[in-house]
Amino acid sequence: MHLVSHPDEVKVVSKRFGKGATDLDRYLALDGYKAVQKALGMQPDGIINEVKNSGLRGRGGAGFNTGLKWSFVPKQSAKPKYILCNGDESEPGTCKDRLIFEHDPHAVIEGVVIAGLAVGSHTGYIYIRGEYRYLSNLMQKAIKDAYARGLLGKNIFGSGYDFDVYWHGGAGAYEVGEESALMESLEGKRGIPRIRPPFPAVVGLWGGPTVINNAETLASVPHIILGGAEWYSNLGTPKNGGTRLFCLSGHLNRPGVYELPMGYNLKKMIYEVGGGIPNRKKLKAVVPGGSSTPVLTADEIDAPMDFDSLMKAGSMLGSGGVVVLDETTCIVKFALRTMKFYRHESCGWCIPCREGTDWLEKTLIRLHAGGGLKKDIDNILYLSENMLGRTFCPLGDAAAMPTIAFVKKFRKEFEDHLEARPCAFEAAGSVERLPVMA
Amino acid sequence: MADVNITVDGKKVTAPAGTLLIEACKSVGIEVPSFCYYPNLSLQGACRMCLVKVEKMPKLQTACTTVISEGMIAITNNDEVRQARKSMVELLLGNHPLDCPVCDAGGECELQDMTFSYGAAESKFMEAKNHKDEQQWSPVVYFDRPRCILCYRCVRVCGEAMDVWALGVQNRGVVSVIAPNKEDHLECEECGMCIDICPVGALTSGAYRYKTRPWEMNHVGTICTHCGDGCKTTLGVRRSDSGMQIVRGDNRDKSGINGDFLCIKGRYAFDFADDPQRVTTPLIRRDGQLAPSTWEEAFELIGKRFAEIRDKEGGRAIGVVGSNRTTNEENYLLSKFARVVLKTNSIDHRRTADFPAFAAAMVGKPHAAATMRDVFNAPAILVIGNNPTEQHPLLAWQIRNNVRLHRARLYVINSRPIKLRRQATSFTEIPQGTEGQAAAFLGGDDSAAEALGSGSREMWVGLRDKLRGEGKLIIIFDSAIRGKDISALVKFGSAVSGAKFVCLGDYSNSRGAADMGLYPDFLPGYRPIADASTFKDEWGDMPTAPGLNVSQMAEAAAAGTLKGFYVVGSNPVGGLGLDPFAFSNTFVVVQDMFLTETAQMADVVLPSANAYEKAGTFTNTCGDIQLVKKAGEVSDVKSDFEMIVRIADATGFEVRKLVPFGGRGTSADMGQSRGAQSGEADRHVVWLEAHGLEPKMSPFDPMAILDEIQRLVPGYDVSRMNLLAGNDQHTTTVGTGQGGVQDAKLIAPANDNLFTSGTLGRYSRALNSVIENRNPEPAEEVAAD
Repeated sequence: MHLVSHPDEVKVVSKRFGKGATDLDRYLALDGYKAVQKALGMQPDGIINEVKNSGLRGRGGAGFNTGLKWSFVPKQSAKPKYILCNGDESEPGTCKDRLIFEHDPHAVIEGVVIAGLAVGSHTGYIYIRGEYRYLSNLMQKAIKDAYARGLLGKNIFGSGYDFDVYWHGGAGAYEVGEESALMESLEGKRGIPRIRPPFPAVVGLWGGPTVINNAETLASVPHIILGGAEWYSNLGTPKNGGTRLFCLSGHLNRPGVYELPMGYNLKKMIYEVGGGIPNRKKLKAVVPGGSSTPVLTADEIDAPMDFDSLMKAGSMLGSGGVVVLDETTCIVKFALRTMKFYRHESCGWCIPCREGTDWLEKTLIRLHAGGGLKKDIDNILYLSENMLGRTFCPLGDAAAMPTIAFVKKFRKEFEDHLEARPCAFEAAGSVERLPVMA
Repeated sequence: MADVNITVDGKKVTAPAGTLLIEACKSVGIEVPSFCYYPNLSLQGACRMCLVKVEKMPKLQTACTTVISEGMIAITNNDEVRQARKSMVELLLGNHPLDCPVCDAGGECELQDMTFSYGAAESKFMEAKNHKDEQQWSPVVYFDRPRCILCYRCVRVCGEAMDVWALGVQNRGVVSVIAPNKEDHLECEECGMCIDICPVGALTSGAYRYKTRPWEMNHVGTICTHCGDGCKTTLGVRRSDSGMQIVRGDNRDKSGINGDFLCIKGRYAFDFADDPQRVTTPLIRRDGQLAPSTWEEAFELIGKRFAEIRDKEGGRAIGVVGSNRTTNEENYLLSKFARVVLKTNSIDHRRTADFPAFAAAMVGKPHAAATMRDVFNAPAILVIGNNPTEQHPLLAWQIRNNVRLHRARLYVINSRPIKLRRQATSFTEIPQGTEGQAAAFLGGDDSAAEALGSGSREMWVGLRDKLRGEGKLIIIFDSAIRGKDISALVKFGSAVSGAKFVCLGDYSNSRGAADMGLYPDFLPGYRPIADASTFKDEWGDMPTAPGLNVSQMAEAAAAGTLKGFYVVGSNPVGGLGLDPFAFSNTFVVVQDMFLTETAQMADVVLPSANAYEKAGTFTNTCGDIQLVKKAGEVSDVKSDFEMIVRIADATGFEVRKLVPFGGRGTSADMGQSRGAQSGEADRHVVWLEAHGLEPKMSPFDPMAILDEIQRLVPGYDVSRMNLLAGNDQHTTTVGTGQGGVQDAKLIAPANDNLFTSGTLGRYSRALNSVIENRNPEPAEEVAAD
C-alpha cells in the first residue's frame, strides 16, 4: 500500500513503516525485540501495570483498556493459556492492520510474546483475515525467521521461557473479527460467536484462558514497554493513551493511513491531514470509525477523535476508519451499500441479524430505485431499532446503528427518493427503476 | 446445590444455583417463549425469543443463557420485552412461506403458537420471500427449507443426543440452510428425531406428510411392538375402510420411559399393519390348499380336533408355541390354556435371553433389576456384549445421554468396536463368544481370563477392581451370557454396593413371555412345574411332568407322536429353522397376521390383531410393565386373546374357569359360584375387592387376566392406577432359586439391527425403504418371530 505522511503525525506504531523492517536484521537494528528482552526482566504484574497505565485501549473498536483485559486472566490455570492476535481486519473503511503486517510484522510477534509473558502463556496465534493471503506469507516468513534466530520457540533469548507463535488464516468472514467467533474459526469450526459468559480471559481458545487483542494493539505494546507508560499515555489525552492509525478514505485529496495522537480533531484530520475535499465540493457526512459507526453530519465533525468524545457525539471511534462523503454522495445508496455488506457478512446464527439485514437491504434497494413509500422509511427505522441490542453478537448492532443514523440525520434524502422520484445523485437511467408497491 | 432467590415479575422464585432463568420462570408458571432452547441440548441463544429484562443490565438478556444469581430481578412482560418478541416473530415470518393450510405441522406448530401469542397481525414487508426448494433426504425425512427457522434443534439432537452428527449448517446469513451429511441425502440411523424436535413443519416425515391434519387423528399413547425396550409411542390414528389406519408415530408428549426418544421402528414401522399381504379371513386347508372360511367353522374345527387329540392321545400329543410380541395377558392365558384345557406342558416360545437363570440369580435381590429409567441416572454402567445402538436403541440413548449429561462412567466389554465405545470410559475388546468367560472372570474365576484374548491378566484384574469400586453400577448383558455365567455376574455385582442388572431380550414382550411361563418346565413367575401347587389350586387339574421344548416338539412331530401344534403369533419354521415337513401329519393351527413360513404349513390360519389393535400390557427387557392401548377397531381380525378363549370354548371347556369374568355381585357374594366346591370364598373376588376392582364383564377382556396375573405372579403386584394412567412400573419378578438349568442351545437371539424386526420388519415399507437397510452391517442371520 502506498505510504503517506503528514507533519502532525506522531509515529510510534508506524515508525518502521517503509524501512524494510520485514527483514529481521533490519528490524533488530531498529530496536526490534528489545522490548521482549526488557519484559523478560520484568515481573508479569509489572508488564500488565505498565500497559494498564499507558492508557492503551483496544484498537479493534471496542476501546477496552488493554492492561485491564490482561489482568482478568487467572494466574493459575490447569489448561494452557493463549495469546491471540486478531488480524481479521474486515471493517469497511479500515486498513491499518494491513499496513502493520506489511511493514512491521515482527512488532506484532513481539507484542504477542510480551502479552504472553504478562499472563504466563506460552503459545500465541496470529489470525490473519483470509483475503490478506499475501500478508500471511510475510507473517509466516517473519515467524520462521524469528524461530531460526532463537527469538521464538524453546528458551527464548536464553531466558528459559518457551514461547511458540503460529499463524492461522481466515476463510473470508467479517464475523470472525468478533473474538469468540475467531476462536471457533481457529478451532476449525464455523465462525459463530460463543455465548458469554464465560469470557475469553477465563474460557477462551480450546477452553483455556485467552487474551485476544487487535494487531495494532499488540504492535503498540513493545513501544510502551520500551518508552514507558507515562511517555505513551502523554501522547494522547487522559484515558485515551497514545497514538492511533487513522485510515482516511473517501472524498479526500490525500487519503491514506496516518498515525495521529488520540484526541486529534476530526475536522483538522479531514481538512489538513487528508488535504480536504477534492474539487472544492462541500462535505456532507463522515463515518468516523468504520462502517458500523453512526455517521456524523458536516456540522458534527469538530470533535476530538478519542473513544469518549465520539461516544458523546453520538458515534464511535471504532476501528479508526474515517470515511469522508462529499455533497455528491447519495446517502440512501451509501446506506444500501453498507447494508449489502452486513447482509452478506451476517453469519445467520440469530434471527434479528439474519432476517433483519436481509429485509433492510431489500427495502433499501427498492427505496433507492424509486419504489419506496413513506412507510418504508419508518420500517427501516423499526427494523433497525428492533435489531439494536437484541442480536447474539455486535454484528447486528453494527448494521443497525449506522442505518438509524442515516435515516435520522438524512431523512429528507430518503423522502426525496419516494414515490418514483429518481435518485438525484445518479446519472439518469443508471439505476434500474422499481415500481412503487402499494 | 444451594438455592438462589430471584424475583420474576414480582414473584419470588427459589431455584438451585446454576438454574437457567428460563427454567426458573417455568417453575413458577411464567412462560418465556423460545425456539432454540431445548432442555438437555446445548445452549444457542440464537432465536432471541426469550429476551427478558434483567435489572442492572442495559440490554435485554436471553433467559435461556442467563444463569440465575442471588437477588436477580427479571421482568418478562413489559413493553420492551413484548416488542422484542413481536419483532422476532415478524422477522421469522418475513421469509416463512406461511403455507400453514397444507403444512403437516399446522395445528401443532410452535411458530403458529408464538405468532398467536406474541406476534403481529400485519406484515411490514413487501418484497418477495426468499425461496429454496424442498428436499427429500431419505424415504422417511423430507426438508422443506423455506419453513425452517434455523433453531438448530435438529442439528443438536442428531449430534449431541443421537451421536450421529448427520446434520449441519451450510452457507451463512440469510441463505443459511440445514444440510444433510451426504450432500443431498442422509445416511444415518433414520431415527426421525430431527422431525420430532422441529418446532415448525420444516422437517417432515415421509410416512406422514400431507396425509392428514393433526386434529383429524386420534392420538393413542401405546407401546412400540418392535424391540424389547418398551418405548412409548403415540399413534396418530384415522378412520379407514378397514376400521382404522395408523398414519403417524411420535412421542411429542415425552411422557414415557423414552422421554424424547424414538428410533426408526417406533416412529415409522407401524406400517406393517396395513400391508396388503395381511391375512384378513380365517383359512382352512381343503384339498391341500388354504381356503377362506368363516370364524365359526374354523373355531369349531380347531376345538373338535384339539379335544379329540387330547382325549385320544393325551395332552402330550399337542405342542404350543407362544409369542414374544403378544401381551402378558395373552401369554398368561396361553400358558394356562395349554396346561388346563389342552392338558399339555409342551409350551415354548423363541427364547432370546436366559431369563429363568436371571430370575434364579436374582433370588433375594428383588430390587436389583434396573429399570430403563435407572440406566439414565446410574453413575456407572457396564455393558458386556450386545450392540445396544442397533439392538436396544432406547437403552443406548439412555446410556449415551447419561454419559453426556451426568458424566456417568461407561465400561464396554465387546467383541466388536460397537458405537457406544465412543461414550465409554473404558472399552475392552474380547474374542467373539467369550462374553460368558468375561462374566465368569468378573465373578471370580481367574482362569477364565485365559480365553479373553490379548489383554493381560493384570489389565483384567485392574478392570475388575475398578468396577468393584464403582457404586451403583448397572450391569447390562444379553443372551451371550447364560446359566451359571449369569450367576457369576450377579455374584460379582453383589460385591459392588447398589449394583443393578439388566438382562436383554429382543422383542417387545420377550420378558413378558418368559415371566408368564411360556416354558415347558416353568409356570408364570418362573415357578417350576414340579412346584405347581399354587397354580394347581387356582387353575385346576394340569399335567405335572415337564413338557417338550420347541425343538423336541418338531422331533416328536417327525416321529409321529405330536398330533396337534398350536402356534400363536410366532414363526418357528422361519425363525428357528424347524422342518415344516416334520409336521406333515400334525394338525397345525397358526394365529398370525401374515402367511409366514409356519402359517403356510398350517391346517387352519386365524388372522390376528397386532399389538396396536388390542389392549393389554407389555413388560420390557428391564421388567418395566406398561399399558398397551388399542389404537382402534379393525375388522377381519381378532386378538389372540379372544381366539384362545373361543378355541377353549369350542373344545367344550367352561370359559369362566379360564378367564375370571362375570358380574357376581358385590362383597355380599364372596364368589360362591367358584369357591363352592371347596367351601372357600373365591380368592379372585376377594382379591378384586381388596384392590377396589370390579369383576370384568366379558371373557374377552384382557383386564380380567391382568387381575389374575397381578394376583398370582410374584412381582406383578404394581399399582393398577399408575398402570392405567400410562405410567411405567417396575415388576420384581424373581425365581424360586431353581431356574438355572436351561438348554443353552434353545436361546436364539433375534440379531435384529436398527432396520430389521423379525417377521414384522419384512412387512414394514419404512424399514425396507431406507438406504441403510440395503447396506446392513455384516450379514447376520435374518431373524424372525
